[in-house]
Amino acid sequence: MSEVMSKLKKDYVYNLMLKGQREDGRAFDEMRAITVETNVIDKAEGSAKVQYGDTQVLVGVKLQLGTPFPDSPDVGVIITSLELNPIASPTFESGPPRENAIEMARVTDRGIRESGAIDLTKLCITKGEKVWMIFIDVHVLNDGGNILDAASLGAIAALMTAKVPAERNGVGEDFMIPVREMPVGISVVDIGGELIVDPGRNEEAVCDTKISITSNQDGSICAMQKSGEGALSEKQVLKAVTLACEKAAKVRENYLLKI
Amino acid sequence: MSKPEKFFDENGLRLDGRRVDEIRPMKIEVGVLSRADGSCYLEWGNNKVLAGVFGPRELHPRRMQRPDTAIVRYRYNMAAFSVEDRIRPGPNRRSTEISKVSREAFEPVILTHLYPSAVIDVFTEVLQADAGTRTAAINAATIALADAGIPMKGLVSACAVGKVDGKLVLDLGKDEDNYGDADLPVAMTQDGDVTLIQMDGNLTQDEFKEAMELVKVGCKQILDIQREALKSKFDQFDTEEIEEETVVEAPKSEVEIDETVEVETEVVVTEEEEVVETEEEEVVDTEEEEVVDTEEVEEEVTADDENDEEPDKNTDDEDVEEGETNE
Repeated sequence: MSEVMSKLKKDYVYNLMLKGQREDGRAFDEMRAITVETNVIDKAEGSAKVQYGDTQVLVGVKLQLGTPFPDSPDVGVIITSLELNPIASPTFESGPPRENAIEMARVTDRGIRESGAIDLTKLCITKGEKVWMIFIDVHVLNDGGNILDAASLGAIAALMTAKVPAERNGVGEDFMIPVREMPVGISVVDIGGELIVDPGRNEEAVCDTKISITSNQDGSICAMQKSGEGALSEKQVLKAVTLACEKAAKVRENYLLKI
Repeated sequence: MSKPEKFFDENGLRLDGRRVDEIRPMKIEVGVLSRADGSCYLEWGNNKVLAGVFGPRELHPRRMQRPDTAIVRYRYNMAAFSVEDRIRPGPNRRSTEISKVSREAFEPVILTHLYPSAVIDVFTEVLQADAGTRTAAINAATIALADAGIPMKGLVSACAVGKVDGKLVLDLGKDEDNYGDADLPVAMTQDGDVTLIQMDGNLTQDEFKEAMELVKVGCKQILDIQREALKSKFDQFDTEEIEEETVVEAPKSEVEIDETVEVETEVVVTEEEEVVETEEEEVVDTEEEEVVDTEEVEEEVTADDENDEEPDKNTDDEDVEEGETNE
């Protein structure tokens, strides 16, 4: 999908799949080792470094005072950006984000926004005039596949550790960003009809279709995105959702609840 | 943040307790990114910098290719969250300039003529900024280049010297940078050639000479740290090699225990082993030569009395300005 790949390699990954195997020896529904490290950047109000296997993502949260949008004068603003830095892969190039990066930023944003993870009403200072703007910046450092899941986990982890710098801006006392939900995004790819979670780089490149599902603590889904040129059957979609929610619950339990 | 009342305490120590000729603690990790050909993570005081090197690789667009040499591209980029007030992501005028001068700090040492038509990409990401990010990025980039096995005449080390309260100090801290009287970042090769020099603020000629002496000391210290970091990576390979050898030896002892085996076969085994050993040793040797070997280097430094005025005294403020003017 995102990377050009030789036909041989493609055949290799595909043939492994037919044998029920994966390149790195994982089961189809097995995630890679995850690490989450929070508060890694003192200058940011909140930050998290997430690794999914080889994939490394650093998320920083900054807050600034700003004016609310006219159609929602009494809530804070979330702005998410994601950069596929050229340091992360020989195939990434400098320059403004292209569709791939924009899509990932928007999917990450949607997970946070739509889950209602942040109580935005608490981030309003003066209705219609002054609100807090939350900037979530995802810095991709190494692409080992499935950047999206790492970004979404990093985003919520960074938010959970973020403090609103009210004192510095002269608007009362500092307080933690009111986080009331922990959305976790899980991506599933379809390779030859088999669903595989947490795709590695080659798996991501081989697959026709990827579906990313973000779910909440109660198992409800708050965001979903299908990408890639292929199609998924209804059965596959349902299976992917179950799989993703199951995995999300584990990730949440193991990494977010500990923060 | 406001200007500190005084920059030195009664013992002549600085705000963070350093002596005037003392650099901030530096930590270097080599080979931290699996997709890059070479990489380095560097912490220097409160700076956190990541460098990745790709190449030599084919250069696109092709019209940029040079038939006689490789070109070097250098990107200095600050993360939006790396400073107190968020900066707009992407290149701005400040980062473009720093990218250019930093590239020019490496062009003299990289043996580009070996790779015609190719490109060597050096990407540096400032994850957390706290005064002296361009020098930190250069220090990290050198290691990443060495890690990528790019042939170089030697390592490049960079350090800033500045003036606060009329006194010269090595490796400016944040407040010293913001409220000091001068800032002079310098990069030099291990032979003491200056490959980058910029300055803003005010220094007399005498002060400048003294500053160059001071910065030489700083660069030397950094060079030692860089060498150590690289060496530790190759030491690791050495121990791995020893382990391999013992593994190879294991079947040999079995052969020996089995006394009925003819001597001939045993000889063959040892011969093979020796061949393997020498080969491996050679490989390690050349690698060390490439990267670390240039150690026996005189410490003479030719202080080029250049005075390159670059007004970017307060990085933070300027970032904000740039962000605004860019839009």
